[in-house]
Amino acid sequence: MQTKPASPTRTDPWYIRGTLIVLTFGIIGLLVVIPIVKVFGEAFRDGIGAYWTNLTGDPETRHSIFLTLMVAPVAVALNTVFGIAAAWCIARFRFPGRTILITLIDLPFSVSPVVAGLMFVLLFGSRTPVGAWLMAHGYQVIFAPPGLVLATAFVTFPFVARELIPIMEAVGTEEEVAARSLGAGGWAMFWRVTLPNVKWGLLYGMILCNARAMGEYGAIYVVSGRIGGVTSTMPIHVQKLFESGNKDAAAYALASLLTLLAILTLFIKVMIERKLRQDQAEAAKPMEAP
Amino acid sequence: MWRIILWSLGLLYVFGAAGWILQAGVVRETKVSDTTGDVTLLNVACDPTRELWQDINPRFTSQYLKETGRSVTIKQSHGGSGSQARSVVDGLNADVITLALWTDTDLVRKAGLMDEKWESKLPNRSLPYVSTIVFVVRKGNPKNIKDWPDLIREGVDVISPNPKTSGNGKWSFLAAWGSVLSRGGSEEDARKYVTGLFQHIKVLDAAARGATMTFAQNHIGDVHLTWENEAYLEVKEQQGKGNWELEIVYPPLSVLAEPHVAVVDKNARQKGTEKIAQEYMKFLYTEEAQEVIAKHYYRPTNEAVKKKTADRFPELKLFPVTIVGPTWDGIQKRFFAENGEYDQLLAAGRKK
Repeated sequence: MQTKPASPTRTDPWYIRGTLIVLTFGIIGLLVVIPIVKVFGEAFRDGIGAYWTNLTGDPETRHSIFLTLMVAPVAVALNTVFGIAAAWCIARFRFPGRTILITLIDLPFSVSPVVAGLMFVLLFGSRTPVGAWLMAHGYQVIFAPPGLVLATAFVTFPFVARELIPIMEAVGTEEEVAARSLGAGGWAMFWRVTLPNVKWGLLYGMILCNARAMGEYGAIYVVSGRIGGVTSTMPIHVQKLFESGNKDAAAYALASLLTLLAILTLFIKVMIERKLRQDQAEAAKPMEAP
Repeated sequence: MWRIILWSLGLLYVFGAAGWILQAGVVRETKVSDTTGDVTLLNVACDPTRELWQDINPRFTSQYLKETGRSVTIKQSHGGSGSQARSVVDGLNADVITLALWTDTDLVRKAGLMDEKWESKLPNRSLPYVSTIVFVVRKGNPKNIKDWPDLIREGVDVISPNPKTSGNGKWSFLAAWGSVLSRGGSEEDARKYVTGLFQHIKVLDAAARGATMTFAQNHIGDVHLTWENEAYLEVKEQQGKGNWELEIVYPPLSVLAEPHVAVVDKNARQKGTEKIAQEYMKFLYTEEAQEVIAKHYYRPTNEAVKKKTADRFPELKLFPVTIVGPTWDGIQKRFFAENGEYDQLLAAGRKK
């Protein structure tokens, strides 16, 4: 009966394959697809006109969209600068305390966002020396947009650094050494050799960072004071609308916009992943003679 | 070429955003004048009053505009009463606080943000409205819950928010405790009853609205201990939803809940909004506002409006919180402080 030899991926009996496939699709369907479809279904239930009104009719909703689009990119930009610096330092140098530094970079992943928010309140609250000094000089950090950026940046700190460290280590220092020996300065080496080598990895980290930054809730909840039209970001405002009882449609509309931004992010992520794989394949190829 | 354009646009966006964020932290030094110019007030409120303020604020601002020609914008922040007070203490720049109970308001005074004797600065001990804690049950009252002792019957699940963070939670706790005392029970009886009650509480949400969502929308529990106004709101919200419909049960007696309002003097003085904030709070005592208050099922304190709207509020015996303890500081310390009665009875309940 069997004329062709079975390929190794097909050697499992059909029922195991079948069960695994059904199980995976079932779980993804249940946990991911159905809720997303539900969000969009509810958002568009009264038609696209009502959807648009729900998104743009209320000034507080408009402000929450604006605020998220301001806070997330700044947090990502901060983390890009910090992430490159941290990855450079860890991948290029050996120094005492290096392992501790790697662990510290990962810390925001394991600290609960609510705790992260509280830390900033304890640091910049008006009863603390730092907070009181800033307040006396007319600058407010928490319960104002700067605090939102700090909290978001803290929570999303590891994404860029984590992504860059292994890539920088894999690329190695040969090309950089070559650049220096050919007379390149530090900045020239960085812009023309180091950065091009890691750029897709860097973008990938920034995209993940951005996805997390836009959706951050716990830390923002604590540091924002949740003032409608001032410090309510999109996730905070979704929750507020949802809890308002008669505004479910608006809550779903805003939630769908947040989901849409996430899907867009995911789309860019997939494209970058393809580039990343290409780059790695090229790096693996033996160098061609010019 | 397009690459450069794209890059510069991206950079422009990020730098623009960063600039906006940085300037957003600057506190405008220019003080609001007492007589002219536009004003923004921040009302830091407890959780279940969202609909009330949504209704009252535009009425106040339009009246103020008509009388003085100044336009006032009122921003709202909502959350558990205790955590809201904490935020104001930590620097949330509130002009007025409208929290659920005296201790939360007084916490802000203790932090030096309010004048002594804040309670006497507004009419009726700074109480434009009062309220109480009632029961909400599933339509038809399948578990036949009528009175406080019914809550600790076998198989009854109770929903009430966390007394540590929520005003609703504290009032529920005090109502339960007081219900035993005001019927002649001893402190020991009250402790036993409330210990039993908290064994029946399945979900402890952080604030009032979260508990409402748990009970009404997630269909958890048999009875929800909540503010009278919140009870009417959730019953209305669930109308026409089949077996998810709800109804209110008035126990024969409950606590007289007193959610005070106050101007945060220090903040308002700094911003120059003291006078307008006072006007805003005084507006709550006008007949117009009192009727709105009654419409949202808060019990008005203006005698005329009280008479007019009496049919909205069934009679029940409302005992003052003083039967549980003579002062709020004492109550706070005895019941809700670290290792107070609440912590102890939670621990005792778990051991059983």
